[in-house]
Amino acid sequence: MSESLKTEQDSALEADKIKKARRHVSQNEGLIFEKSAPGKRGIEFPPLDVPAVDAARELGKENIRAEVEGFPEVSEIEVVRHFTRLSTWNYAIDLGMYPLGSCTMKYNPRVNEFVARLDGLASEHPYQPIELSQGCLRILSDLQKCLLEITGMEAVTLEPVAGAQGELTGLLMIRACLEARGNPRKIVLIPDSAHGTNPASVVIAGYEVRNIKSNARGQIDTDNLREFVTDDVAALMLTNPSTLGVYEERIAEIANILHERGALLYMDGANMNALAGITRPGDLGVDVMHLNLHKTFSTPHGGGGPGAGPVVAKKFLEPYLPVPVVIEKEPGKFTLDLNRPKSIGRVRAYCGNFGVLLRALAYTLAYGPGIRQATEDAVVNANYLRKKLEDVFDLPYNLPSLHEVVFSDARQKKYGVNTMDIAKRLIDYGFHPYTTAFPLIVPGALMIEPTESESREECDLFVEAMRAIADEAEKNPELVKTAPHSTRVGRLDEVSAARKPVLRWKP
Amino acid sequence: MRYLPKSPSERREMLDAIGVATVDELFQTIPEKFRLRGPLNLPGPLSEPEIIDYFKARAAENSSGYTSFLGAGIYSHLRSVVTDALIQRGEFLTSYTPYQAEISQGTLEAIFEFQTLICQLTGQEVANASMYDGSTALTEAVLMAERLTSRHAILIARTVHPEYRQVLQTYARHLGITIREIGFSSTGQIDRAALAQESFADVAAVVVQSPNFFGVTEEISQLAEVAHAGGALLVDGITEAVSLGIVKPPAEADIVAMECQSFGVAPSYGGPHVGVIATRDKFVRQLPGRLAGQAFDAEGRRGFVLTLATREQHIRREKATSNICTNEALFALAATIHMTLLGKQGLRELAEQNLAKARFARAELEKIPGVRRAFSGPTFNEFVLEFPRSVKMINAALLRDKIIGPLAIGTAYPDQTKRGLVCVTETMPRAEIERLASCIKHILETPI
Repeated sequence: MSESLKTEQDSALEADKIKKARRHVSQNEGLIFEKSAPGKRGIEFPPLDVPAVDAARELGKENIRAEVEGFPEVSEIEVVRHFTRLSTWNYAIDLGMYPLGSCTMKYNPRVNEFVARLDGLASEHPYQPIELSQGCLRILSDLQKCLLEITGMEAVTLEPVAGAQGELTGLLMIRACLEARGNPRKIVLIPDSAHGTNPASVVIAGYEVRNIKSNARGQIDTDNLREFVTDDVAALMLTNPSTLGVYEERIAEIANILHERGALLYMDGANMNALAGITRPGDLGVDVMHLNLHKTFSTPHGGGGPGAGPVVAKKFLEPYLPVPVVIEKEPGKFTLDLNRPKSIGRVRAYCGNFGVLLRALAYTLAYGPGIRQATEDAVVNANYLRKKLEDVFDLPYNLPSLHEVVFSDARQKKYGVNTMDIAKRLIDYGFHPYTTAFPLIVPGALMIEPTESESREECDLFVEAMRAIADEAEKNPELVKTAPHSTRVGRLDEVSAARKPVLRWKP
Repeated sequence: MRYLPKSPSERREMLDAIGVATVDELFQTIPEKFRLRGPLNLPGPLSEPEIIDYFKARAAENSSGYTSFLGAGIYSHLRSVVTDALIQRGEFLTSYTPYQAEISQGTLEAIFEFQTLICQLTGQEVANASMYDGSTALTEAVLMAERLTSRHAILIARTVHPEYRQVLQTYARHLGITIREIGFSSTGQIDRAALAQESFADVAAVVVQSPNFFGVTEEISQLAEVAHAGGALLVDGITEAVSLGIVKPPAEADIVAMECQSFGVAPSYGGPHVGVIATRDKFVRQLPGRLAGQAFDAEGRRGFVLTLATREQHIRREKATSNICTNEALFALAATIHMTLLGKQGLRELAEQNLAKARFARAELEKIPGVRRAFSGPTFNEFVLEFPRSVKMINAALLRDKIIGPLAIGTAYPDQTKRGLVCVTETMPRAEIERLASCIKHILETPI
């Protein structure tokens, strides 16, 4: 970056142009391996209360190893400082708005963390006797009931541990059902606006992907769909609201078109944050869907996971649920049902991501029926941002927005500034970027999802930042194109990183 | 509602700014007949203390107060307060996948360290940023082997965790992969004679687990030779990562799929845990999941980025190596912190304590008349015993003594109803091991 740009950035900060953030010293920190010195350690154990054994004799000399080459040797305080320093280099929901479209980065309530760690929950083993697991099973059963009520569906599995695994589970259930009807069929239809996991999951379920084009309004063209839905089509995977944040107006008709030809409607529930408490997919003709509990149900993303991707379905798909199935054998007595001959089998060992499921239940209990208010606030925030930004950013699909709004960089492109540049400049303004370059049907997309967790003040700061950047794009595009200017590292050279990958430390 | 940061008047003002009279107008695209008229029938709303009360009541309905000898892929190990405090820092807990590298360097550097630690532990050259868990990691390792060899059959040992094998069956069913299971010998290891009789013509991989479901270590280097001679890869699953503190690493395996729950992650009724796949450098482009790599900015400062994304679903869609998107990053971080705390010495000592405790327990239990080791192969912290009665009956009686006894393996191996898998880790006090032995002795002395 040139000196003049640096000066400009500094003066902008000085002039309080950027209200949300200012620079702050952060600590340097190398890799933990670079701090290691022989003889240090960070954990000590109680003394062994049984006789020590000779490992070579017990396991055979040829079966044992020397010390782990390269493993670090550091003290407890060094570990604490190391990871604390690293943490300060991250942006987080706890610091401010995280407007990643499609990701639903909402507040992660702290009480959920507390209850997940309770002794008697965190300590439990899935193979302990059923009579000593009633608490865990009731948590699962209560969450199942909540998810069925929110989605208007009739059967549920909490087993899948991620949205993508939920997709696969749902597709395998569809396949099993169609097989039982005599023909599993060959094709799954996917709109061009879909998440990348959809087609990847379809392949594992043994189906072929056929992409269908959205119409000029970003919606499924029902006339066109009729032609696509042949007797070879097993299902359509539909995201509703679509990745444009727009409700699929003809979803009931779409369901009919599919059902008439014996195909099923799968709904990607990634955007359920726009619908909870307002409308229920089960009432719209959806046969099966997954939910991302790490989105709508507030479980923390943790830098990439864990998540949970429960699947809910109509009654006719119940026999095909993966095992185990949590059932209430008699009132107040729960068990795991493994004897399900039509089941698609097991999609993960044990009982799914119990710790994530538990957090999602804590979230749901906190709101109760008031979950509708969360949905409303999320939709208000998205529409507020849209209203305040639509005069400076191009809106390629001018349909009413629900929980997110998708602009394009068409206007800024004229000055050589693209969506990624604007996103990177947003970092200097104290925000995490929105989602860039997705959905694929919008060239240069800016996909913005504020969620209900943002106050009006935070929304206003975001609007101010985006407007200021739009202004910079016009008057000083280089400033935007070389952003961020305030981070520990600048834009990293991803091309070289991929060409000659260095994926581990070596001495 | 305490999670929502808007006052009623702010809501009103925002609606005015948008230009609608009521919030309902924002939902006008949803046909009226599909809109809910009444409130959902959900329990709540609950205040924070009410939420805590609900979950404490559930916790009290579980196994508190019982001593458990269960393992079978989920282990009770010492967890440091430090690990849990650090992973609860909001900057780790509440951040997204580190796609925006400039403000995600903390997560990225930690992933790079995780990948390095896993390579050091397993003797492999490259590891990914984590998978969902051990069972799905093993499945993805098999799919990877299929892509690498363009062969479509799998030979899998019956000594691999039964639920891991079931997950593999589910994934493999529609991918044209045939799975042939290989039995076990009196050592509790894969039956080498049976393996030798298999035709390797279309075999992509030989799949084993070590230590296996019976707690017995497999002979990885010899199995690798057998697999390679047949043109197949060797895939090794590891459920007990602590074993690698003392057991020879599976460096000769081609793909290692490991569960890292033992490093600082709570059992939590089966998840979330943390899986990982490690392999050879030359196979990296068929590795599923995220990868962090070193990169430099224009001024030459070192940083880390997610790299080789062209393997992944968000770029490659139906041609991706896997459909995985979310992984278990927070618990990969926990494992990283825990391994760092342990260090060279701590890991060794931890492994030695497990071995010693399990040996002590095995010796104590073998003193009981009629109780004997089921398999002769070397074991780490789990072992199978044969009892003179059904394990289920013994366990039912042990519950009266507040002991959760050996896992009855007869459920998964119907000819083994009198055999039970005992797990003893460093957290088990000697007195409890002795109590288990005396209770079982007493039970067996009591006429049925």
